[in-house]
Amino acid sequence: MANDALDDALSSFTPAPDHPRAGVTRLRLTQFRNYESLDLGLNTRPVCLIGENGAGKTNLVEAVSFLGPGRGLRASGAQAVMRNSEDAYGVWGIYAEVETRDGAMRVATGADPDQPGRRRTRLEGEAATQSELARLLPMMWLTPREDRLWAGPRSDRMRFFDRMVLAADPAHAQAASAYEKAQKNRQKLLDVERETGRRADGDWLKILEREMAEFGVAMAAARLETLVHLQSEIDQRAKSAFPKADLSLDGMIEVQLSEGAKAGDVEDGFASELARVRPRDGAAGRALSGPHRTELSVRHREKNQAAAECSTGEQKALVLGLALAQARALRHVKGVIPILIFDEACAHLDQARRDGLAEAILDIGAQAWMTGVDEALFSGFGEGAQRFKVDEGCVSAL
Amino acid sequence: MSAASGPEIERLIQLLAKLPGLGSRSARRAALYMLQKREALMEPLAAAIQEAADKIRPCGECGNLDVSDPCAICRSPGRDITSICVVESVGDLWALERAGAFRGRYHVLGGVLSALDGVGPDQLNIPKLLERAGREDTQEIILALNATVDGQTTAHYISDKLEHAGVGVTSLARGVPVGGELDYLDEGTLSAAFKSRR
Repeated sequence: MANDALDDALSSFTPAPDHPRAGVTRLRLTQFRNYESLDLGLNTRPVCLIGENGAGKTNLVEAVSFLGPGRGLRASGAQAVMRNSEDAYGVWGIYAEVETRDGAMRVATGADPDQPGRRRTRLEGEAATQSELARLLPMMWLTPREDRLWAGPRSDRMRFFDRMVLAADPAHAQAASAYEKAQKNRQKLLDVERETGRRADGDWLKILEREMAEFGVAMAAARLETLVHLQSEIDQRAKSAFPKADLSLDGMIEVQLSEGAKAGDVEDGFASELARVRPRDGAAGRALSGPHRTELSVRHREKNQAAAECSTGEQKALVLGLALAQARALRHVKGVIPILIFDEACAHLDQARRDGLAEAILDIGAQAWMTGVDEALFSGFGEGAQRFKVDEGCVSAL
Repeated sequence: MSAASGPEIERLIQLLAKLPGLGSRSARRAALYMLQKREALMEPLAAAIQEAADKIRPCGECGNLDVSDPCAICRSPGRDITSICVVESVGDLWALERAGAFRGRYHVLGGVLSALDGVGPDQLNIPKLLERAGREDTQEIILALNATVDGQTTAHYISDKLEHAGVGVTSLARGVPVGGELDYLDEGTLSAAFKSRR
């Protein structure tokens, strides 16, 4: 499906050398969602995918999201993405040639032929770690699901924010995973104690609580650092199409760290607190305090209004504004430009905001993957983007 | 598959597929290969498996696997009896023996603490370790556990238990691998290497 003439024309485009941008330069899909096979040549400029509902635009950007760490923008399991068709064969796979901070590389991911329920990922032919993918292919995405981010559950907001933290700090995923594991093990011991009446091993609980404190403070510190850079970007930005937001993290540990407490002291305090509230957490069946309970608060600065109380369009603009600010922060602070995936992002935006979004993406220099039903939605990109028509699992350059 | 080859082969494949590192496809390939090499491979392999099942037992002292109890390492007069290296599995013991970097004795825990998997201190070979640590000859316990969350939980737990045992407790260093380039290391490993600098 690749258009060779377009490939040649775009290959002369080279990103600024001082800010390496992550981007996909070739994408091959096999038996993925509604794609039997696809071979798409690209450069690192923004990519606009245009097609009717159900054509396969989101499937394509989901494939891109599979190149980064995690389970992709739909959080799908390895078996869920296999092409659902009578003539489907073998296992699904995604191969990509990508530009990274370390230069051009090959990434491949797909179902394990021996265990189709498991996904395996290769970087330059070797098994890839999640942190290595996070470092080489920082990525952020917004989907229609994030339209309800501010009015929806707290956990969705923190998942969104943690993805931004991960793009800045690949070690965040390890700390979060270690924290969660220690927390689950502690809860299991407390649950067994509650169910059997047999006292849990206090020494074991103490170790798990110490680990929760260590990794929990690391998580909170990474979140705070991202928040500070993000707020700084928002504050420094001249008036733009997107509203300015005031951000805060309302969590016990984040508050202590932001007030200047030493990390070691916060760790000790949190570990003691966990030991003190064992009966409470045992009865509740979950830990009621810790960074897993932190809330992200966002206010529309100009309107002095909580994000959840803003109009649908303003809520969308606030989310987009945050994602763009984080992309700028990554460029300025970490010296790398992430891949952005904005699925149906223009749906609730007026023309001025659509143009503002295109202008911001071009200014950042990111390879943003945009989807929409109409080519006119992307007019603001002018000649600065690649445009493809998506139709029933076929992709052709426009 | 079973209709074409019979329940015996199917059972062989199912059992082979339970081995670590083998999926159903690899198991099928291995079964077919053995059947094609019946005399050269399959029969000697079956005899070797039977002999190992009959003779090999865990060492009552350290948990190593051997034909004798205590095992050859525990009985060896050439090994340093003052230091005990604690490992998660016999596979880890073999890895350290291949490296030849340690001349003391071992203690195999048989797993790591994981409440979620139902593995607690009582399921591990910890009481025996505490008994060995309390012996007069023992001076150092080296914790050579995996750098996973559960591995480190177990290391902390044992360290706490040994706090008043009168022995030195050390852990393997973490950081830059031999021949490794800093540019290719993840942030966690680099941080650990800095903390362990000397």
